[in-house]
Amino acid sequence: MPWLSILMGVPVLGALAVAAVPRGNAKLAKQLTLGVSLVVLVLTLLMAFQFEAGGPRDQFSEVYQWIPAFGVHYAVAVDGIALVLIALAVVLVPIVVLASWHDAERADAKRSVKTYFALILVLEAMMIGVFAATDVFLFYVFFEAMLIPMYFMIGSYGGAQRSYAAVKFLLYSLFGGLLMLVAVIALYASAGKGTFLQPELIGAITDPNTQKWLFLGFFIAFAVKAPLWPFHTWLPDAAAQAPAGAAVLLVGVLDKVGTYGMLRFCLELFPDAAKFFTPMVITLSVIGIVYGAIVAIGQTDMKRLIAYTSISHFGFITMGVFALTADAGAGATLYMVNHGFSTGALFLLAGFLIHRRGSQYIADYGGVQKVAPVLAGTFLVAGLSSLSLPGLSTFVSEFLVLVGTFERYAVPAIIALSGMVLAAVYVLWMYQRMMGGPTAESVRGFPDLNLREKFVVAPLIALLIGFGFFPKPLLDVINPAVQETLTSVQAPQFTPAIPAAADQKGAGE
Amino acid sequence: MEPAEIVQHSGGVVGASWLMIVLPLLGSVILLLAGRRSDRWGHLLGVGMSLASFVVAVLVFLDLLGLGDDQRRRLVELYDFIPGPAFDVKMGLLLDPLSISFALLITGVGSLIHIYSIGYMAHDPDRRRFFAYLNLFIAAMLLLVLADNYLGLYVGWEGVGLASYLLIGFWQHKPTAAAAAKKAFIVNRVGDMGLALGVFVIFTTFGTVAYGPVFAAAPQASQGTLTLIGLALLLGACGKSAQLPLQSWLLDAMEGPTPVSALIHAATMVTAGVYLVVRSGAIFEGAPTAQLVVTIVGVATLLAGAIIGTAKDDIKKALAGSTMSQIGYMMLAAGLGPVGYAFAIAHLIAHGFFKASMFLGAGSVMHAMNDEVDMRKYGGLASVMKITWITFGLGYLAIIGFPLLSGYWTKDGIIETAMEHNAILGWLAVVGAGITGFYMSRVFFMTFHGTRRWDKDAHPHESPAVMTWPLIILSIGSVFGGAFLIVGNRFMQFLAPAVGLPEELPTFHPFSVPGLTTLALVAAGVVFAWMRYGRAAVPEVAPRGSFVTVFARRDLYGDALNEALFMRPGQWLTRLAVFFDNRGVDGVVNGLAALVGGTSGRLRRVQTGFVRSYALSIFFGAALLVGAWFVVGNL
Repeated sequence: MPWLSILMGVPVLGALAVAAVPRGNAKLAKQLTLGVSLVVLVLTLLMAFQFEAGGPRDQFSEVYQWIPAFGVHYAVAVDGIALVLIALAVVLVPIVVLASWHDAERADAKRSVKTYFALILVLEAMMIGVFAATDVFLFYVFFEAMLIPMYFMIGSYGGAQRSYAAVKFLLYSLFGGLLMLVAVIALYASAGKGTFLQPELIGAITDPNTQKWLFLGFFIAFAVKAPLWPFHTWLPDAAAQAPAGAAVLLVGVLDKVGTYGMLRFCLELFPDAAKFFTPMVITLSVIGIVYGAIVAIGQTDMKRLIAYTSISHFGFITMGVFALTADAGAGATLYMVNHGFSTGALFLLAGFLIHRRGSQYIADYGGVQKVAPVLAGTFLVAGLSSLSLPGLSTFVSEFLVLVGTFERYAVPAIIALSGMVLAAVYVLWMYQRMMGGPTAESVRGFPDLNLREKFVVAPLIALLIGFGFFPKPLLDVINPAVQETLTSVQAPQFTPAIPAAADQKGAGE
Repeated sequence: MEPAEIVQHSGGVVGASWLMIVLPLLGSVILLLAGRRSDRWGHLLGVGMSLASFVVAVLVFLDLLGLGDDQRRRLVELYDFIPGPAFDVKMGLLLDPLSISFALLITGVGSLIHIYSIGYMAHDPDRRRFFAYLNLFIAAMLLLVLADNYLGLYVGWEGVGLASYLLIGFWQHKPTAAAAAKKAFIVNRVGDMGLALGVFVIFTTFGTVAYGPVFAAAPQASQGTLTLIGLALLLGACGKSAQLPLQSWLLDAMEGPTPVSALIHAATMVTAGVYLVVRSGAIFEGAPTAQLVVTIVGVATLLAGAIIGTAKDDIKKALAGSTMSQIGYMMLAAGLGPVGYAFAIAHLIAHGFFKASMFLGAGSVMHAMNDEVDMRKYGGLASVMKITWITFGLGYLAIIGFPLLSGYWTKDGIIETAMEHNAILGWLAVVGAGITGFYMSRVFFMTFHGTRRWDKDAHPHESPAVMTWPLIILSIGSVFGGAFLIVGNRFMQFLAPAVGLPEELPTFHPFSVPGLTTLALVAAGVVFAWMRYGRAAVPEVAPRGSFVTVFARRDLYGDALNEALFMRPGQWLTRLAVFFDNRGVDGVVNGLAALVGGTSGRLRRVQTGFVRSYALSIFFGAALLVGAWFVVGNL
């Protein structure tokens, strides 16, 4: 069964159907969107249950010729890494749809309500496609095409400075995309294999210099996307101006294409270059971790604050990817998923707060805990997931990244540890200012979460706690794929200093 | 004697020991999910879960007692917690004399404090939520002490930090409480960095974080590695146990409701650092430098806490200073090897009783005095609150080391062991005991004796039975607990399978020079306090005091130091970074964008003629490609 094509086809057809809904009937458009996204979720789960963890690397593979003259294929498949990221995307979409129920109705929106929801479905198809693509050219097409729906979602439905933010987002992404296009074509030419299929290109580039140039072409595109310090400045603007739901998809999923690309393309296609550039990337990551967190502390706008925390978190992910140990790689992949849930919850709850108060400035709130305890409580849980509290899934990924990095690069890991303290500062200080203290006049009469909003937040919190205590289902899928990636990079295995201890794990038996 | 081997265990009461953690966790989840609907019965569920956990702990304890000495370390495997590629952590529980001692203390004293809270929080509209957090705390604390590996300990460690945060800030609407909660969490996180680092080094050295294999292989590790691990763990311990230099959060933590101060910030959570050091004995014993640092931290904190305690007029803060100081004693003992371990834990248990008794007594007083905490507005309460007076008094006598009461045995053990180890440490501990005699007497006399300095609307009365019964039980423990544990080295023998036994058992010298000096100093402290605060009139407004008093009142300038060293520079750095990010990084890149996109007019055109421009940029890219092509081709 062509699972992946079906997964992409359903939301595309759904988008067409939503677009065909009569203009006056926005409610039907929303319900239809929610229905389609739930169908995609169910289909993905059905597919995921058939995935053999530890089986062949690429599963549900489909390969068709697309442009035979250039060896371009429509080729899709998933390994463990792609699978969990697709799962992240399709879990977030229905949640975002439900959360965005009234977001497209603002008086100054430039386009109709149904368009917004149709765009979400188009974006969903592309998010699945970009993670599933095993043809480098196809990946590039999805990588660039994803910009279009997101551009409209920010530019037409966003906040006061949406045009500036949308254009900035677009220009940055196009700049990165251009470099990648050059690298994609150069890769095709210098490999001389007459194909864009990624598995066939592994090991094709042997010349060290060519590897380095091509690596940089891909890497900068991904670093802008992720975003890695110092390519990050578009993100706070875009995230702050985007409607909350769009911000979730942007930061939660789209940005992961960058870190996924590093793992899948930069490491596997250009292993020697990756090793050559590792010190640089680790340095940038560590700077990003500390810098993003410090700038987050100083923010006055909660959406910008959340965006900067993500810059810090992306630093952890890229550090994990480039540490080139199995623990760090698995941790980084898991981090991509968990960060989506965590930031998703934060952005959506921020959206609910903004909807009530009409302001995204932290100073405009105070004492919300007293009037809306459920809203405050769930906001706290989301915040605690951002500071990677044990018991929440983000802890597992952050700890794996740190311990895995420590196995090879002790000093960067120790500096990155300071992110733990800084995260506590930005989260708890924000909570203190918004939820603690005496109830502000403007906050009095705040309704607590309604049923729809509870349905939005509950699954995210359930996932954060569930995978916090039991991350095994995700790790079992991720580990073999990460191991294969590292094998193709020929990264050395980690061995403890006193290996004797490891053999007697059940000491005293 | 070396510690016993760890034996795999399944089935039976010990096999069900996970219920200890799960029951209060379940209570907490139910109470949080049910919300207001559980207001009527929530406190009962909370108490019930805590008591149930206590019952399981007692049953497990009895089961362990039934086993031979060499069989008393049972490992109960639970599940694959984090199956990372190399970092593969299986969660299990280690039931041994050390962990079960803690479990009994946590669930026993914890249950008494749960019961007490029914009365203390009766008028709070959010009492149900309070019990949810208390249950959460019990679960996390039990995980901390029962886990069979360092990662499980870490999860519990941060879990109790969360519970502490939630409970200090229970009255979020008070800005001081919200700020204190945040401060406690952040300072603790500084310590947690150390703990995390310790876990990293343990893992990269031994390839596992499970206690059994780590301790078995510890002697093979280099002294440098063990010292690094030891110091990293000590940093964690300093955060959680409010030892210098991470002590500053504990005094602010008194913003929380008083039962919280008794349970978390006196009897149990703050002693977790001592547990960590004792549990990691195999590592510290191979790292004499780390042990030395532990003892120095302990002595410095026991003196600092005692000095702070002498100057506080807020009854809870005076008691908090005393908690710091007493944990300093435990830390000192924990740095002294196997003889010290038993005294550290015995003092910890004894302290759990007498300090909880005094904190709850303070709560009873506050309950009677309209939540007044300033001891200068107390005085002469002995006659109106007889039960509180007696129970507090017994706790007070126990902590100052009145002969034959709990503190006498355990503290004397610590002082004598320290004396044998290093005379300077020993004599400093003696001095600390003398100061304790003074400041605890000051608290006791200012509160219960002397003239009545009450506010006009104060009508003190004895607390209800639901509050006084826990006081009575705790004070009984304060009287007899020490003798029970120490006489005949009973507790040392009991702990031996977990921490080992010294080759030569200590003998008790009641009339040694240090012992008599301690008694003399304590007596002098009591007399001096009586003259100043019992017999003489206590001014209702604190006198300005000498610079020493001010130094002590300001917590030895700990906060001022933190502010000057970390907070101010931090704020400055944050502002600079935000400015730099808005102007610098963004400016440079915007400049580049303008260079590529030309004037702002063209920027607008990109926006309007979006699709065309997009096509154009791809074309532009192709052109660039051709150019690059020649470059790459010629390389």
